[in-house]
Amino acid sequence: MPALLELKQISKRFAAQCAVADVSLAIERGQFFSLLGPSGCGKTTTLRIVAGFETPTSGEVWLNGTRIDHLPPYQRNVNTVFQSYALFPHLTVRENIEFGLRRKRAYGCAARVANVLEQVRLTGKENRKPDELSGGERQRVALARALVLEPDVLLLDEPLSALDPQLRKQVRAELKDLQRRSGITFLFVTHDQEEALSLSDRMAVMNGGVVEQAGTPREIYQRPKTKFLASFLGAMNWIGGVGVRPECTRIARESNGNGARRGLVTRSVFLGSSIHVETRLENGDVVLAQVAANGDAYREGETVHVWWNSSDELHFPE
Amino acid sequence: MLVTLAIPSAIVCLYSLLTRGAYGGVERPWTLENFKLLGDPLYLMIFFRSLWIAAAATALCIGLAFPLVLFIARSRRKNLCLSLVILPFWTSFLIRIYAWMFLLRDTGLINTVLRGAGLIHDPLPLLYNDGAVLLGLVYGFLPFAVLPLYATVERLDPALLEAAADLGAKPLDALFRVTIPLCAPGIRAAAILTFVPCLGTYLTSDLLGGSKTILIGNVIQNQFTAARDWPFGAALSVVLMMLALVLMFAARRHGEELV
Repeated sequence: MPALLELKQISKRFAAQCAVADVSLAIERGQFFSLLGPSGCGKTTTLRIVAGFETPTSGEVWLNGTRIDHLPPYQRNVNTVFQSYALFPHLTVRENIEFGLRRKRAYGCAARVANVLEQVRLTGKENRKPDELSGGERQRVALARALVLEPDVLLLDEPLSALDPQLRKQVRAELKDLQRRSGITFLFVTHDQEEALSLSDRMAVMNGGVVEQAGTPREIYQRPKTKFLASFLGAMNWIGGVGVRPECTRIARESNGNGARRGLVTRSVFLGSSIHVETRLENGDVVLAQVAANGDAYREGETVHVWWNSSDELHFPE
Repeated sequence: MLVTLAIPSAIVCLYSLLTRGAYGGVERPWTLENFKLLGDPLYLMIFFRSLWIAAAATALCIGLAFPLVLFIARSRRKNLCLSLVILPFWTSFLIRIYAWMFLLRDTGLINTVLRGAGLIHDPLPLLYNDGAVLLGLVYGFLPFAVLPLYATVERLDPALLEAAADLGAKPLDALFRVTIPLCAPGIRAAAILTFVPCLGTYLTSDLLGGSKTILIGNVIQNQFTAARDWPFGAALSVVLMMLALVLMFAARRHGEELV
């Protein structure tokens, strides 16, 4: 079966700068797909190309078997949740949500609005104006306004970044729920790796305008293809050019005898559920080990032994 | 404020309640006679004509300014465009109106060219009518509509227009459903800034309208000069000021509701 949304060798140049270079992606129907990367990596530009706000310099966008890269935004069956929400300030919650339905002259407008309001828990707030809502409520109106049109793909441009951290975790869970229940394909742009790892069925990590790797979160985290990915996702120890995750690094006062290295504890940080122990090896490399909080406590200056399974080593060509 | 606005306005109000002097000026007794004269159908008609022409000029100014402002906001040379809008202010308004007379009169540039090209035999009646006055007003007050409109259009969040397109609104639909409603404060400011001076105009109507197009401004000017009836001129001014004030407050109250 062909993918629902396909980007074929998309490039976008702004003046002298290349924002997106030769990006190809395939997103299946019903997937929660994330584009993850540091700011300026081209993820938002990629999203805007799918939405129709930018025209790619070269390449093709296919949706549902139709090429759409030449169509204006209002002719594409995709909808966007903007980072700033972009709610119409002169319209009420209901009018904001109805906006798209009225443009499409859809039937059963009232019932669909009532239904989506219930889904995002905004029933009773339909006559408020956006400036009378909290940040979380505004975010849900933006979501409802796009969801009510039942797009082929819902595009989300860092929709959680404007929320405070406490709320962000809660909304993250709700978002995943909503996606499962509605069955709508989500293309989610974020710079927050925790968000991408926890929400996505599949994801692509971008850097400098190119896709470094696409796959399931587990694949990319455990088998990153590039050094950038290994460092960008989670923490990584670099020991003689070999990468080892802190959670795969073992530490003990006695050597297990099997290739363990000696070092001095330079720092021990208690994080609640775990402890991060930083050790300086004899060759000068600094290694971080994540140990259980209920295990041994290591003091700074203590001599310890550090080792890991060779199967946990990540090798990258220089 | 006191010296430039309150005191002159107070003097005008006082004069409107006095009797005319034999050689201009005012003398006692106090009277309301000047305001009764306003009920004369002749003056009422001039009032309505003035309102109508000012309203038409305002509508035209905003209708022309809005597309212009949208264009400027999207152009790469915003500052150059805005400078061009303000450029006419460097020349006296009187001289610019005279320039229009040279363009529009029977032996003016437009008629001469058209006749030279053999398109018309007799000169077109371009000058000394309502159309010429309207043209002069729109020309003169267009910048007053452009500047406040530009200020609101500039502040408009581009994401809102993207959202409109994203939700299926075609460009014209987005213009009427999003851009114009969100620019309402700027439109109101532009309307007041053009309507009020258009209502009180006398120079444009005098020079481009000739004797056929008399507006309230011309009547007032006339009372203070040729007719030497200062109290009646003052009474007309008071009514005009009240009208302008009422309009401004109406617009402001409405604005506070919206914002």
